[in-house]
Order: sequence, then C-alpha cells, then structure tokens
Amino acid sequence: MAVPVSRMTSPGPVIEVRDLVTCYGDQKILDGVSLTVEPGEIMVIMGGSGSGKSTLLRYLLGLHRADGGEIRLFGKDISTLSSREWMALRRKIGVSFQGGALFNSMDVGENVRMPLREHTSLDENTMRIMARMKLEVVNMAGFEHLMPAQLSGGMIKRAALARAIVMDPAILFFDEPSAGLDPVVAADLDNLILRIRDAMQVSMVVVTHELESAFKIADRITVLDRGRILMIGTVDEVRGSDNPRIRNLLTRTSEDEPVDADEYLRRLTEGARRI
Amino acid sequence: MAAEIGAARFRQMTEAVGRKFVTGVEDFGYAAALLVESLVWLLAGRWMQQRVRLAAVAREMMSIGVQAIPVVSILAFANGAMMAMQGIYTLRDFGAESQVISGIAMSVTREFGVLIAGIVVAGRSGSAIAARIGTMQMAQEIDALRVIGVSPVRYLVSPILAAMLVMMPVLAILSDAMAIVGGGVISMVELHISMETYLTRILASLAPGDLFQGLTKSLVFAVLITLVATSNGFNASGGAEGLGRATTRSVVLCIAAIVVADMIFTFFLSR
Repeated sequence: MAVPVSRMTSPGPVIEVRDLVTCYGDQKILDGVSLTVEPGEIMVIMGGSGSGKSTLLRYLLGLHRADGGEIRLFGKDISTLSSREWMALRRKIGVSFQGGALFNSMDVGENVRMPLREHTSLDENTMRIMARMKLEVVNMAGFEHLMPAQLSGGMIKRAALARAIVMDPAILFFDEPSAGLDPVVAADLDNLILRIRDAMQVSMVVVTHELESAFKIADRITVLDRGRILMIGTVDEVRGSDNPRIRNLLTRTSEDEPVDADEYLRRLTEGARRI
Repeated sequence: MAAEIGAARFRQMTEAVGRKFVTGVEDFGYAAALLVESLVWLLAGRWMQQRVRLAAVAREMMSIGVQAIPVVSILAFANGAMMAMQGIYTLRDFGAESQVISGIAMSVTREFGVLIAGIVVAGRSGSAIAARIGTMQMAQEIDALRVIGVSPVRYLVSPILAAMLVMMPVLAILSDAMAIVGGGVISMVELHISMETYLTRILASLAPGDLFQGLTKSLVFAVLITLVATSNGFNASGGAEGLGRATTRSVVLCIAAIVVADMIFTFFLSR
C-alpha cells in the first residue's frame, strides 16, 4: 500500500501528549495525561461521564490552552504555533463533533464544501464533485440539498463525517460517534469508521463511552477516569485488565462509594460554617 | 454577634460589587478585542487568505437594514407627527407655533431620527444576532468553524460590523426624512401651510453640522449594537434558557448602550 507523503516525512507519532494538566477554576479536570497516537492507528479514548474525555479532545483540537504539559501534533508543540501554522495544521485535521455541529444555515452539500471553500481556490464544480465523492463514502450522496434540520441523527453524524474527511485529513477526531443512535445505525457507523481508516490511511482519535463500539474499532484504548489515565492498551489488554475501576466500567457495575457517616456530616457542615 | 454578622454581610456586599466590576471590565475588554479583530479581518483579511465574503455582508445588510425599513419608517413618521403636535400645543401659549418647524428640523436630525433607527435595529437585530450566534455556540458550530480553520470573528462578526456601518447611516437618513414628513403632515393641518413651505423652512433651519451629528452617532450605534449582540451570543451558555437570557440581555444592553452613548455624544457634539 502506498504510504502518504505526510507520513513519510514524519515517521513519529502523529499525536503526542505529555503530562497534560487542565483546570476549570480551581478544579483539575485532567491531571498528568500522557498518550501517543501512531500513524494509521485508531485510538479510542474511553471513560464514564465526567472522566475528562471530551475535555481531552477539546485540548487536542487546540480549542483551549493547556495549564501544564505539552501537546504535539505532527511533532509540533501546538502552544507555540503561529496563527498561520495553525491554519496549515487545521487542513490536516478533521473533526466530527458529538452533535454533528453542521452549520444550520447551510444545506448538507454546502456544509461539506465549506472547508474546501475556505482552504482551497478550487472552482465551484470541482468542489461539488469532491463533496459528492465524500458524501458517497458515507452513503449520503443525493442528500446534498437537505438542510441539517431535516436529517435524522445517523444522517447528521454521517454528513459531519463527510465534512471532516473532505480535506483528506491525516488525523480524524470523532466525538461520541454512537451517542444518541440506535444500535443498528451505531454499528453501521463503526463499520464506516473502519472503512474510512482502511481507504484513507488516516489516524483516528475516537472518544466514546460505548464499550461495544470501542472494542470493535479500536487498535488501542485509553481508559480515562476522573482526569487520570487508568491504562492504555490493546482491546485484549483492556478486556483482561483486573483494575477494579476498569472492571466496573466493563461490567457496568454501579460505583457508588459507601458513605462514610463522619465524612458526610463534615461535608454538610463545612459549607454552612463558611458563611 | 450582631456586629460580626454586619461585618460579614458588608464583606459579602463589597465582594459582590467587586466581582461585578471585574466582569464588567472583562466584558468591556472582550468587546474591544472583538472590535479590533473584526476590523483587522475587514481591512486585512484579503492578504491573510481569509477575506470577508461580500455575499455574507450583503445578506446581513438585507436582514439588518432593508428589512428594518418598514418599522423604522412607521416609527419615525409617528414620532415626527407627535413632536409636531406637542410642539404646536406647547408653543401656542406664546403664539410661536410656527417655530415648531425649526424645532423639528433640529431635534430630528440631531437626535430622534438616529435614535429611532438605533432602537429598531437594536430590537430586531440585537436579539436575532445574539440568538443566532448563541445557538451556534451551543451546537458546537463555533468550535467546528475554528477546527476547520475559519476565524469565527471573521466569519460571523466582520460581515455584521460592515453591514451595520453601512446600513445604520442609511436608516438614520431614512428615519430623519420620515420624521420630517410626519411633522409636515401635522403642520399642514394645524398651521395651514403647504408642504412646500414647510420643507423650505426645514431646509433653511438645518446646518450640515446637524446632519453630521446624527450620522456620527449612527456609526457609533452600529459599532455598539454589533459588539453587544455578538459578544452576548458568543458567551451564551446553559441550554434554551441560557439562550433566552442572552437574547434578552443583548437587546436590553444594546438599547441601554446606544441611549447612554447618545447622551455622551450629544454633550460633546453640541457644545
């Protein structure tokens, strides 16, 4: 298989995160997160709600500034990039957001063409053809003229995916691909993700809390819990882990901690005393 | 004990005031940064491969300006007529009813024409812009823009700013004209003069400075409405309720901002 040029020039990991620390007010959301994503790999970031997995994604995308640690995309520290370098880097990244984040004022075709329109100077017809090609990939050809409000949940995700891959990115980020979808549509989407990876040789970071989906598509899985990494490993390694918190996640065990009466009283009275 | 509670309450109060003040300064700084950034995109975007699209500007001009024409016309006409009625009634005691014409000419061009246009635009577009950007913010569309590599300010704010800067003066002039016509209709009936005489006297009592004062204000209003509405949209959070709050806040702040700015400008421009 032919190796894309971008990968030959940077043989190292496409994403490198070292000791990432992020805070919201005084509260630490991510604490010392480190991980790497190799070219062509599907890395699934898994964890329960509030584990910080969506936050991690937002920092990987450069939407916020980290409070500590370092994020490297294609070997470049993103905190030191100029806006021009960011622009160049953005062309190599595709993102499919949780709710699709299609632009509501544009039809599907216009949504998919948007990155082309902003980054290239192709003529209208070429853009149409390219957008159609990508819509074909996600089985959405012929729906160009629908508005996002007219689409079903699965169609929104697929249209968002088409927009994310229209620039042929080297990294594809995917936030909760199966959230809010019925199992059949979610399974379709998983297959689609694998097909795109094979066809385009793209690295993927998929954030999800769906176990089945994670095990099906992942090369490696990062398990996040309360802002820390519990483990990084292959599907089998995660399945075989004996870490109790990972086991809880896998077996859907509730993890209400036993209530310590003294601690509980102290928490209750502490707030009152401060006034 | 009582003193202790009093002290605690006092401290809470000062803390609250301080916090409000800090957020106020923050909001102000945010708006200023927004203004600078959107101006930079408007003027220099062409050379940064991120030009502001004329189609977007035209669309905004349509929704901000053209579609506001009927409301502005009606309000301005009614306001001009009311001024004439009140003026004639008040001045009748002094037998100086006809002075109402120069009164209308001055107050409309300097003050009320532009103020009416401003309030209509603040009410119509101030809410619509905040709602649109707020919705985009909550649906992660703003994030999507950023990861595609499109500056949200360039894409969303700059066209609005350009459209406002063009349409506000136009609306202000329209508003002036309609208010003068409104005053004229009443004057014709009450003072028994022809429209022609009325208009000649209006023109005679106007100096270019009067019109200029109104137009200057219209540009200031354009900037204020744009900044207040867009920054409220970008900072919207908290679901449907938060969106409603941002929209309301946007309209109220827009109107407050233009009225206060109007007062300040009048103070300086009419010395």
